[in-house]
Amino acid sequence: MTSVTEARRSESRAPGPGRPARRAVDHGPWFLVLPALIPILVLSVGPLLHGILLAFTDAQSGRTEPTRWIGTLNFQDLLQDTLFWESFRIGLVWAVGVTVPQFLLALGLALLLDQDLRLRWAARALAIVPWAMPEVVVGIMWRLTYNPDAGILNETLRDLGFGGDRDWLSGLATALPAVIVVGVWAGMPQTTVALLAGLQNTPRELHEAAAVDGAGAWRRFRTVTWPALRPVALAITALNLIWNFNSFALVYVLTSGGPGGRTRLPMLFAYEEAFRYGQFGYAAAMGCVMVAAISVLLAVFLAGRLKGGDAP
Amino acid sequence: MRTRPAARAGQYAALLAYLVFLAFPLVWLASTAFKPPTELAGLHPTWIPQDPTLANFRQAFDEQPLLRAALNSLLTASAAAVVAVAVATPMAYVMARHRGALVRAVTGWVVVSQAFPFVLLIIPLFLVLRNLRLIDSLPGLVLVHVVWALPFALWMLTGYVRAVPAELEEAAAVDGAGRLRTLVSVTAPLLAPGIAATALFAFVTAWNEFFFALVLLKTPEQQTLPVLLTRFIGAEGVADLGPLAAAAFLATLPSLLVFALIQRRITGSLLAGAVKG
Repeated sequence: MTSVTEARRSESRAPGPGRPARRAVDHGPWFLVLPALIPILVLSVGPLLHGILLAFTDAQSGRTEPTRWIGTLNFQDLLQDTLFWESFRIGLVWAVGVTVPQFLLALGLALLLDQDLRLRWAARALAIVPWAMPEVVVGIMWRLTYNPDAGILNETLRDLGFGGDRDWLSGLATALPAVIVVGVWAGMPQTTVALLAGLQNTPRELHEAAAVDGAGAWRRFRTVTWPALRPVALAITALNLIWNFNSFALVYVLTSGGPGGRTRLPMLFAYEEAFRYGQFGYAAAMGCVMVAAISVLLAVFLAGRLKGGDAP
Repeated sequence: MRTRPAARAGQYAALLAYLVFLAFPLVWLASTAFKPPTELAGLHPTWIPQDPTLANFRQAFDEQPLLRAALNSLLTASAAAVVAVAVATPMAYVMARHRGALVRAVTGWVVVSQAFPFVLLIIPLFLVLRNLRLIDSLPGLVLVHVVWALPFALWMLTGYVRAVPAELEEAAAVDGAGRLRTLVSVTAPLLAPGIAATALFAFVTAWNEFFFALVLLKTPEQQTLPVLLTRFIGAEGVADLGPLAAAAFLATLPSLLVFALIQRRITGSLLAGAVKG
């Protein structure tokens, strides 16, 4: 069938004299678009809209009565849900706590890898590994590292004379910092590689000219490197903030949100609400609040980016 | 550029610190995987296994249906990669060569989909898949993975299409080739390496994916590797460290292999996206 249609198609578009060649490229591409458009609409856009609608219903997992429209009741409940807002706060602390140190460390590593250093290959090779690993494995690996008895972290601390008898992931005070370290570690390679590629866009000659003019390392960074790096740096930071705020697998494996909810990120909270307690409508309302928060976050970020645009 | 010796020493010290930070947990995972139980129970953990053994791997396979899970992962990830690339390639072609409301809308969707909390997507999908009796089934998971892989596949592929000069297609059109002929005989061959890289990336993404698989797959026989791995960690968080490390170690190897192959191509397209987008 395709061949017949195609035959007719090419016949009708035979490039006669005076017919612009571009037409072959510009002619109705709908049949190229449909294969992707249908799954996007049916399995992504549709469910998203459905999800937003669900937030206004009392949809539950195992209920036999039909689902009812309950207006903004879920959102009113959510406003009073101190546990949710606590998880929301933890989500923000986690997102910023991972993104900022990660960016600084990745920037440092990228600057190092841009130099002519001997061990560069090792860092490049090592940086691929955490990036390629399943998040679940990263989580398991750090659980092994943090393990109070058999883990290497405590043993190393003991050897260095720092005590080293902490149960990092179970301590109320240490759990969140401990998972943040893992988050920084897990996303650092990707950020480094992005920044490194950004650095390689910096014109070399400009660097050398600045050096000849006697500009110090910091001055060269500020006047030559950073302006060229800025677009990549901002894009990757915005993405990291969002990805981290929405993250799930890493912390699910490390602590499942414990101890006492100290590491319960919003996604973990919503997951439990939906798939442990079957509160689909309520969990969908949480999803909506998260979307709103991300939009605000992005707006603030973009506003900062525009303002920063005036600076030299 | 000349660098003073003191600065150079500082750079090496920093690089060394990074290497330790990056390698620390990796070494520990590998080391734990090859340690016999007696050594794991010892009071003072050792960096390198004194008496390396494969017992943990054997025990891991005995305790959980690892092979079955690996097969499930392989099947779903391959299927998701093939389908995602098959539907994304023509669309990416249109996105690279045309401008219009639809193309802008899809580009917008690609960007926005990076920001969505998946819980908002998975609840309705769960309801739909339940009605279709596709919960706890691999085809259901493949559907979800395809949608999950699509934004990035479109992004990567659009970059690859842009790299193919449009003049080549126009020349073919002048020679009387139809649109599909042009695509198949002119564009596709040049695009093949990009399509392969995208498919492999989609494969790794699906192989590593956890959240959807956790929600959709219930029985151990259906579970993919990442979900099965969490079963090694008991309800109380108590884990049999050796087999857990061994299984985790194995689950990483395919992604590492594929990633080593395509890493250069991904960074290229990631960056093209970040800078131009």
